[in-house]
Amino acid sequence: MSVRQTLVLRVNDAEREVRPALHDTLLTVLRDELQLTGAKRGCNHGVCGACTVLVDGRPVRACLTLAHTCRGAAITTIEGVTGIADRLRSAFEDANAVQCGFCTSAMVLVAAALVAERPGASIEEIRTGLSGNLCRCTGYRKIVDAVCAVAQGTGR
Amino acid sequence: MSVESLIGRSLPRLEVREKLTGRAQYTADLYRPGMLHGALVGSPHAHARIVSYDVRAARAAPGVRCVLTGDDFGDHRMGAFIKDEHAIAKGKVRYVGEPVVAIAAETEEQARAAALLVEVRYEELPAILTPEDALAPGAALVHEDLASYFKVFEAVCGGNVCSRTELAEGDLAQGWRESDLVVESEYRTPAQAHVSLEPCGALAEVDPAGRVTLWSANQSVFRIQASVCESLGLPMSRLRCLTPRVGAGFGNKMEAHIQPIVVQLALATGRPVKLILSREEDFEIVRTRHPFQIRVKTGVRNDGTFVAREVEVVADGGAYADDSPGVLGYSLLMARGPYRIPHTRCRGTLVYTNKLRAGAFRGFGNPQVSFATETQIDEIAARLGIDPVEIRRKNALGTDDRWFCGQRLGSIGLAECIAVAERESGWADRAKLASAPGKRRGLGFACTAHISGLLGTGAIVRLLEDGSVVLNTGAVDIGQGSDTVLTQICADALKIPLDRVSIASPDTDGSPYNWGTTASRVTYTTGRAVFAAAREVERQIKTHAAELLECAESDLELRPGGVVGIKGVPGKELPFVAISARAHWRKGGPIIGTNSWVFDQPTFDPKRAVAIGLPFPQIGVYSFGALCVEVEVDEITGKVDARRAWTVADVGRAINRASVEGQLEGAFAQGLGFALVEEVVWDGPRLANPTLMDYKVPTTLEVPYELHAHIVESPDPDGPFGAKGVGEIGINVVAAAVANAVAAATGVRLRQLPMTPERVLRGVLASQPGG
Ligand code: FES
Ligand code: FES
Repeated sequence: MSVRQTLVLRVNDAEREVRPALHDTLLTVLRDELQLTGAKRGCNHGVCGACTVLVDGRPVRACLTLAHTCRGAAITTIEGVTGIADRLRSAFEDANAVQCGFCTSAMVLVAAALVAERPGASIEEIRTGLSGNLCRCTGYRKIVDAVCAVAQGTGR
Repeated sequence: MSVESLIGRSLPRLEVREKLTGRAQYTADLYRPGMLHGALVGSPHAHARIVSYDVRAARAAPGVRCVLTGDDFGDHRMGAFIKDEHAIAKGKVRYVGEPVVAIAAETEEQARAAALLVEVRYEELPAILTPEDALAPGAALVHEDLASYFKVFEAVCGGNVCSRTELAEGDLAQGWRESDLVVESEYRTPAQAHVSLEPCGALAEVDPAGRVTLWSANQSVFRIQASVCESLGLPMSRLRCLTPRVGAGFGNKMEAHIQPIVVQLALATGRPVKLILSREEDFEIVRTRHPFQIRVKTGVRNDGTFVAREVEVVADGGAYADDSPGVLGYSLLMARGPYRIPHTRCRGTLVYTNKLRAGAFRGFGNPQVSFATETQIDEIAARLGIDPVEIRRKNALGTDDRWFCGQRLGSIGLAECIAVAERESGWADRAKLASAPGKRRGLGFACTAHISGLLGTGAIVRLLEDGSVVLNTGAVDIGQGSDTVLTQICADALKIPLDRVSIASPDTDGSPYNWGTTASRVTYTTGRAVFAAAREVERQIKTHAAELLECAESDLELRPGGVVGIKGVPGKELPFVAISARAHWRKGGPIIGTNSWVFDQPTFDPKRAVAIGLPFPQIGVYSFGALCVEVEVDEITGKVDARRAWTVADVGRAINRASVEGQLEGAFAQGLGFALVEEVVWDGPRLANPTLMDYKVPTTLEVPYELHAHIVESPDPDGPFGAKGVGEIGINVVAAAVANAVAAATGVRLRQLPMTPERVLRGVLASQPGG
């Protein structure tokens, strides 16, 4: 049995005590221990982006992040994110940017970080900013439009 | 109360908030008390006899509760067309990665660790890795017992030939005689991986009575129920199949994947078992799009009239038949395209090889043959000096024409699709496209058609005591939005607000049969059933109302908001709640409307055509489409960049416009991958690129932002509100249109996919003077 160590994580503004193994990823802990399953495992290799969560406001791939390295950091998942993310949610809904939804949690989080960092981002900046997140359903057009509506303040 | 129709509006997905807040639950998100985790041991060989298993160490490993080998499964086989596949390898392995042993343990880590301890002894057999290997005289047989397998159609098979199909109309010899120009070429298309973002997975639980509940990522709870029970020898009544949210399918989840194995693990342990494939396993053991070798020969008159066509296809089906006979037959049926060609013969051979099975994938063989036929049309147009759009328009099917093999056509919006794509793309001005130095731009055009239909479908609409409605169809929404569309149809038919209808999740215990979310069929087939079931509810409501309001049923009308009243008499009306209360408690019984039907128009007219080995006698109605793509080719690197695209489809009637656009846009992106980058590569017998690192799918940077979806509506006489399908049509000719655009930009004609920079550059260099 692998060694497990107690760890206190700050997830969505609440302290959560977990006991991951040293090699357990943040994704495994969020999903299997905390039942925060909004972060998805699409590849487990850092490519698809579906596991993205925010750590201290920055998007990270939870499948590549060891849980024990997140001690003291503020982790935000789709279940807890608010602010710009709420405007993005409305924009995704209005633009019909969601199909199967498997990429959606991560898209919202990445877009929220992007818009926070670059208010007024252009379409090209948004395309580049989302290029690390795969969506196999939408062709991206409606996702880019949704993010654009929030970045440029044309959404509701 | 709003009277605005719900049909044709871009309403958001019913479950959109669930998905935007991370609450949507997919199979991997389900946890059951006492749940075990599964893991698989895959074959290291492409073709080998299994001599013995040694699972002692695995059984003794920490946390392991069960280890199953082929010996623990009965001799039962499944298969949509040919019953050739066990739930797990038994006696023999037929491709690298094929599951050989299954393990259930307390944790996923323990299960995967135990998998490494399993020892299996094999006796290797010659591996059949290409169609040429398969068809060589004296080749080792992938299935020695093929002749004895049960087949659901009159399969022409033998040796390593899984199925042969031939379709013909007219007289080919006469056709060649009447042609002024005959063009013939060979084409190759690769295996493409579906890459649904959600990998396949399943969770099974046995109840105290021994009945199994199975949650899985699937496109049809009924196909899964049938396949699991067939492959395990269980009565269907012992298995209940459910579907949580599905992270897309594209064909990958239509037939069974690991559900039979997971059910067997649950039965063996008496505990819930979950097994979610890793991305690598999803690449290695589920299914792909068929690699095709295609020869197309087309004869035309000097004025551009198509006269004759001959098509020969060799499709690599991999180790198991799966949906392959259907894909082959369908591809041949599509090989004449949406055109009149009086003399046509299409023949195909589907072979077994020792590779991962190929199966259903959006387009179902149409993208492969269309790449060949739609690029050849451009070659012909160039040879004759005719505009590529003109030559298509000239030969396009019209209302009085029939599809290849004789089926009548309901509605045809093809001419309008061509006109819209031509206008929106600025086709006429394409000579003025400016390119930067070192780059060349061009536009490419292509046309297509696709069916929506096939097989049985039902719907149940129940009026609850309070006048609201539950709709139950058994159709799985795999993310494309059918729950929303079907709810729109039901609510609109009954003139009640959308939120007064709730749609039941597919459940083999309670839902009416639905063959599946495949063949672009749910809006058309299930929508029709929903509409008819809602009409039945309306009829029953009116029977009550006529008695209560003392009038004839024919004098009654439904009014917006769940009210029935006498036409022309505003005050004379009753809310549904009053009717439903009466039905539940006093007279008539609960109001339940049902409908079920099966598409029954023949594909094939024996007076017009000859068909041998056609696996489906009745297929569906036709949607039509046209696509124009603008590319920019880098002369130095050979990289092709799709800059803009106009994708147009005649969908009969768009029930939900944004969802229709979403299907067209998503299909374009997936087709762009097929055109430019995607290829499942085998290195000898094993996959060389079973990761997203090595198998690239298009990102925001490859799919053009200027992706314009346009809807044409030529209502189908039988479709719900005139609707036809849209799920697949958008992918069919992306590769062809891109290839035509590359040819327009560079003069280079590529006949093999994907059109990688290397292939493009080689073509450019070869075409240069001295090249
Ligand atoms: S699951 Fe982490 S990037 Fe794919
Ligand atoms: S909506 Fe399905 S992967 Fe993006």
